[in-house]
Amino acid sequence: MLEKGEFAVTAECGPPKGADPDVVLKKAEILRGKVDAVNVTDNQTAIVRMSSMAAGVLLKSIGLDPILQMVVRDRNRIALQSDVLGASALGIRNMLCLSGDHQKFGNQPQAAGVFDVDSIQLIKTVKDMRDEAKIIGGEALTKAPEMFIGAAANPFADPLAFRVIRLGKKIAAGVDFIQTQCIYNMDRFETWMEMVRERGLHEKCYILGGVTPLKSPGMAKYMKNNVAGMDVPDELIKRMQGVSKDKWKEEGIKICVETVERLKVMKGISGVHIMAIEWEDAVGEIAEKAGLLPRPVIYSNEQRV
Amino acid sequence: MITAEQKPMDEIREMIAPYKKVLAVGCASCVAECAAGGEKETGALASALRMACKMAGDDKIIHEKTLDRQCVRDFIIQLDDVVKDYDAILSLGCGAGVQAVAEMFDEMPVIPALNTEFLGETREQGLWVENCLGCGDCMLFYFGGVCPLARCSKQLMNGPCGGSQDGKCEINPDVPCAWQSIINKLSSFNALDRLEKIYPPKDWSKKHGGGPRKIIREDQKK
Repeated sequence: MLEKGEFAVTAECGPPKGADPDVVLKKAEILRGKVDAVNVTDNQTAIVRMSSMAAGVLLKSIGLDPILQMVVRDRNRIALQSDVLGASALGIRNMLCLSGDHQKFGNQPQAAGVFDVDSIQLIKTVKDMRDEAKIIGGEALTKAPEMFIGAAANPFADPLAFRVIRLGKKIAAGVDFIQTQCIYNMDRFETWMEMVRERGLHEKCYILGGVTPLKSPGMAKYMKNNVAGMDVPDELIKRMQGVSKDKWKEEGIKICVETVERLKVMKGISGVHIMAIEWEDAVGEIAEKAGLLPRPVIYSNEQRV
Repeated sequence: MITAEQKPMDEIREMIAPYKKVLAVGCASCVAECAAGGEKETGALASALRMACKMAGDDKIIHEKTLDRQCVRDFIIQLDDVVKDYDAILSLGCGAGVQAVAEMFDEMPVIPALNTEFLGETREQGLWVENCLGCGDCMLFYFGGVCPLARCSKQLMNGPCGGSQDGKCEINPDVPCAWQSIINKLSSFNALDRLEKIYPPKDWSKKHGGGPRKIIREDQKK
């Protein structure tokens, strides 16, 4: 989709805290036809859930294109590389390389954090496996994995100037696409994009702007104060507070659509990543209202974002 | 230095419960600097234990002695003559001290009184901070004298992660973001370009990945 120059739409599917495949399939069904690919999160917020690999394969089994999230928190380089091969063998073609939320935040705070490699090293590792059929240390693979390599970028974390340098490092490491942290502070995002364009980084990878619809003023405040690396301006919280309770979700979607509209015309933005947390129905509505439906159909032998 | 903190009294009392005569052995090196196992703390712990035993009607005998260095055999031999008078040694050394003493005296139970914590510095009175992992391959040059492996919660060698805000780490606002410190320090002497390069995965075989380590120096041998 991205390689064809289409404005891409991706969403997120959080695997359940249980072994029921129907939960994954139900969420996936809601997203069918609304998005081009679906991120399958990897024990997000360090909470034990069904593995992203298994949930990704479930998505694939009903014809959706999974983006396998892989965090370096739980697996060392042996396990990570093994999973890259496994994912490719199972037909998964997109991977998002992440550090992962610190184990302190989850339901296993006594776990050892692995962090044997970092997210940028993982990007480079997957790229070398794919392009040179080599693992870390240079040993050859009998068959290279096929993988479209993604990573995250947070334009709202500090220090701002270094954020773009780090994006440059991710690109140098071999990233094909970037999904950003949820955008609420559009001014800061514009500043960041300006810096991205100055360095020409938008021409070296596809950047998908991240959005999350707000459900309530409480959620906005919670994200501002409790979620690491999140920047929710006070005006937005006030705007949510300004409508009656029964209109909260509607207003949240409206804000989100406005953001998507701005991203659609922003130079250097190749798509949107809609993270509707436990609110899959919102994805289609946002895509519809932002004029992103129906999704174009691209015929190719290999599914890729 | 190696830092440590004293274990809770109840835990120590439970471990020494089976023994009638106990020798508390302090160490005047690192654990004295961090006020956990020096002469002063060893005396205080021995008194507190004697008091607690007395109150409980236990006629346990607890004596104390502090070595200059509990992790060096040349100093541990000072215990040779006295150790036979006791049923157990309560060590206020770090983990290395406890084990060094235990190896020297067969059939003598050696009980740790401290929890050994980390390699760090005394930042100010009453504040010790971790800043070295002992990785066996120092990279401080590249990171402006701030170790991301020891001081970044995610051990990023190509940081900072998306959780760095206002110079603080996402895991706790009391934790400074190591990467912010690295960037500040390198900027201060115009060496920020050291961070443009991608640092490859760490060779952990030089740490514990290669099994327990040892240093052999022929030039130092007698």
